[in-house]
Amino acid sequence: MKILVPVKRVVDYNVKIRVKADGTGVDLANVKMSMNPFDEIAVEEALKLKEAGKAEEVIVVSIGPEKAQETLRTGLAMGADRGILIKTDETVEPLDVAKLLKAVVDEEQPKLVILGKQAIDDDANQTGQMLGALLGWGQGTFAYDVELSDDGVDVTREVDGGLQTVSLSLPAIITTDLRLNEPRYASLPNIMKAKKKPLDTKEPGDYGVEIKNRLTVLETTEPPKRAAGIKVGSVAELVDKLKNEAGAI
Amino acid sequence: MTTLLIAEHDNKALNEATLRAASAAAQLGDGFDVLVAGEGAGDVAAEAAKIAGAGKVLHADNAAFANQLAEPVADLIVSLADGYDAIVAPATSNWKNALPRVAALLDVMQISDITEVVSGDTFVRPIYAGNAFQKVQTSDAKKVITVRTTAFEAAATDGSASVEAVDNAPDNAISSFKSEQLAGGDRVDLASAKVVVSGGRAFGSKEKFNELLEPLADKLGAALGASRAAVDAGYAPNDWQVGQTGKVVAPKLYIAIGISGAIQHLAGMKDSTTIVAINTDEDAPIFSVADYGLVGDLFELVPELTSALD
Repeated sequence: MKILVPVKRVVDYNVKIRVKADGTGVDLANVKMSMNPFDEIAVEEALKLKEAGKAEEVIVVSIGPEKAQETLRTGLAMGADRGILIKTDETVEPLDVAKLLKAVVDEEQPKLVILGKQAIDDDANQTGQMLGALLGWGQGTFAYDVELSDDGVDVTREVDGGLQTVSLSLPAIITTDLRLNEPRYASLPNIMKAKKKPLDTKEPGDYGVEIKNRLTVLETTEPPKRAAGIKVGSVAELVDKLKNEAGAI
Repeated sequence: MTTLLIAEHDNKALNEATLRAASAAAQLGDGFDVLVAGEGAGDVAAEAAKIAGAGKVLHADNAAFANQLAEPVADLIVSLADGYDAIVAPATSNWKNALPRVAALLDVMQISDITEVVSGDTFVRPIYAGNAFQKVQTSDAKKVITVRTTAFEAAATDGSASVEAVDNAPDNAISSFKSEQLAGGDRVDLASAKVVVSGGRAFGSKEKFNELLEPLADKLGAALGASRAAVDAGYAPNDWQVGQTGKVVAPKLYIAIGISGAIQHLAGMKDSTTIVAINTDEDAPIFSVADYGLVGDLFELVPELTSALD
């Protein structure tokens, strides 16, 4: 079976982003970009299933600008077999991402789509669930553990209060949480090899999907800053401040 | 416009997150109804009927809804959606899971995790782990919204809405509930706690984490939280993680101990009223958001703090 893994190019998680002074957005000029960390976990999970003999092919797909090729090459260097870039310079909202991915699924017929639970730029946490709805497939979101068998998959999920295990028939959607696995680093030889792996470039129109954003961003602002606090010299001073100054205890 | 508010509950009691989402629903305009989907959740429906401002409570009682699986509850909500202009749910793990499914089935772009209702079609929401906020206006006729509960006060519970049964039996062959491991216990719920005591990797072991933090949390009637590093190291369970992708909390008092303060952690707690940080490293980023910082060895300071609270 095939596994499809959508990956997104986002601002590296170590970068402290800056809001543009005129309120028009976040300054992305000369900022380090990387694969969304949850998507790395998704690629790793797909590769582990392939290495366990449970899948034959891992396809990575990305929707974004030309440079999203680099993100796909990262996935290929980790071990994915081929990549698909759906090239667009527009912002694509999760609903349209899900529609594009549905078209890719219709073409490629994977049995599993494994996605990151959320992208660390827009923090929407929607695409996997939306794709599940459009395909009519079951979903195991926020995955902590995945047990794949011939006729289904059990996904243990991180939920408020603990863990929940659901059984899904195949094909199915999985979205990854932090504890599912530890993604591998791509070795230098694998990075070199990845340059020769097949990577198709398409456009949204090739899938009959028109990008129609529903949301207009009116303004982007910085969060209110907390006033600087003080250092206290002892536990006694801390307790005194909490009682008599902050009224917190 | 009328809104359908989706209740968060465990079939026994209404979760406080519902009351906070109710405040957001009320701000949208012409009132709201509440949907309680569960199994044997009659008490929850009765509690929901008391939410101030609720028009009526729709109670869907079916074994298929017992565990709030996304597939059947999304189908149920879609079947009820015609009568509503907006569908609102708290951004709990259940509704983060199910609501985007509803949105896609209705061909609507969901607005996740709103922190402010500006008008009926314009909302504020955090991006980049809360390091920026976007004011977004939607062109969708029907709105599908999840609410960051820490940003809204709980609605009052002095109402008396009627409860109506809805009987939309779902047909779900694609997913089923298998098991769950919930921590339970007497400890207060992290998401709604007034005081949170959180620990980081500096504790060095699960034993030390529990030995030092539990007595302190007991004294304060606090919930326990953790940094991602502490959860990854196995000192604390997953659902204690505070941060961008874990729980977002805003208690009256947040005490961060042995937590350096990565931006992803700060995203989950920096709206707390009073923040205390205890750390050996005086340059740790956590001190940049702390009202009171104490530099020193947590293995000495935490027991000292615990006994000072007698």
